[in-house]
Amino acid sequence: MAELPQSALAAAPAGLEAGDSAGEGTPVLTAARLVLLRDLTLAFRRSGQLVQPLAFFAIVTMLFPLAISPELARLREVAAGVLWVAALLASLLALEFLFRDDAYDGTLEQYALSGQPLTGLMFAKTAAHWLLTGLPLALIAPLAALSLGVPPAAIPGILASLVVGTVALSLIGSIGAALTLGIRRSGVLLALLTLPLSLPVLIFGARASELAIRGESIVAPLELLGALAVLGITLAPLASAAAVRISLE
Amino acid sequence: MNWTWLHRFGSPPHMYRLAQRLTPWFAWPASLLTLAALYGGLVLAPPDYQQGEGFRMIYVHAPTAWMSLMVYTTMAFAAAVGLIWRMKVAHAAAAACAPIGASFTFAALVTGSLYGEPMWGTWWEWDPRLTSELILFFLYLGYMGLRGAIEDTQRADRTSAVLAVVGVVNVPIIHYSVTWWNSLHQAPSVMQLGKPKLAGSMLWPLLAMLLAFTLLFVALLLVRLRAEILARERNASWLQEELAA
Repeated sequence: MAELPQSALAAAPAGLEAGDSAGEGTPVLTAARLVLLRDLTLAFRRSGQLVQPLAFFAIVTMLFPLAISPELARLREVAAGVLWVAALLASLLALEFLFRDDAYDGTLEQYALSGQPLTGLMFAKTAAHWLLTGLPLALIAPLAALSLGVPPAAIPGILASLVVGTVALSLIGSIGAALTLGIRRSGVLLALLTLPLSLPVLIFGARASELAIRGESIVAPLELLGALAVLGITLAPLASAAAVRISLE
Repeated sequence: MNWTWLHRFGSPPHMYRLAQRLTPWFAWPASLLTLAALYGGLVLAPPDYQQGEGFRMIYVHAPTAWMSLMVYTTMAFAAAVGLIWRMKVAHAAAAACAPIGASFTFAALVTGSLYGEPMWGTWWEWDPRLTSELILFFLYLGYMGLRGAIEDTQRADRTSAVLAVVGVVNVPIIHYSVTWWNSLHQAPSVMQLGKPKLAGSMLWPLLAMLLAFTLLFVALLLVRLRAEILARERNASWLQEELAA
């Protein structure tokens, strides 16, 4: 366990150094790509951790039939809300993995000192996090949706809303995760910081899914979700880079 | 242009003395104006023809709700100033704002709930304004929680300042999304604060209360700011001399 991060850590700065020796000012895209690949490699070497948020999502979804009623007609009415609340909680749970190990072994410090814009690297880390948790969540959500009695025709709409919505959730979450760096037992605090900021995503996402279930057009809420995702892409890496720098002071 | 006057606001001793001197100038007008506005609102104003006596709750509810937002904006502004110019006093002011703002928000929630009982017949309605207030309350709690969780004062200042700035970008988005969400599920509610249709005798106590609460906020902020400076500068020599004098 202890050996894994180090070997991968050695790989990534080596990549950065190779870029540096090629000339001052490696393109930020190259650096970001290296960070992205490093995070993906690390995560796949510990694939057990990847499955956990998905299992959590499945369990939360399963709680509702047990708590409300097994009648599919009743479940269908609340399905959109259930899926989105479960997705929100699962992505919240996964946030802990975003920076924790990198802060612990000093990788974040190396990033901050690398001379690369930290904002770009934060964006790459968040993108990796989305590929590892947000996208898989969106991809297994159709199964959960079918188990809640959602008609198959609604699946593309639910999938689309979750794919776009989890982008925004990962980005908002990256701010919360960066702010709570270095705080012990930050789980509840992270939820308290992140959930209020995520509410617009929940509102538009659940609305889009609900419209999809009813067989209506989901364009309006989907566009709003897209707007939130774009806003997050533009601003969230700035905020999380600022928070990471402060935590390293 | 000479900017030295601005730098004096960044000096803890100067601000400590200034806050001490200014406090009564805000506290007394706030108390007197509150009494006048209460008299105007509870005694002089006639009962509303639709809402009866219950409408008088608005004299406390609307100003607290207004203040909850204004304090958040002030806090975020102070935090941004502290973040950009590394001004310690600005961070202290932001820290002083949070509990005041949270209290105003809590008061707005409680009075809103009390107001809702005679108006809607329930203690809680998922009305967009009440829901936004509740979310704002959680934002305040998160801010104070983050500040409390970090032991080092400087790091706590700067980290929570980032959160305050992120929050102030998000508050309008949250507000409009909640309004949008609500408009899907029910008709717009009866009371619209946007266009005051109150008669003069009903309106002036409301405006007076608004002013009184703003003055009260400034007075509380000055007192809390002094307490913050005391706590942060407890080892500074100027403070020892100040207290000995």
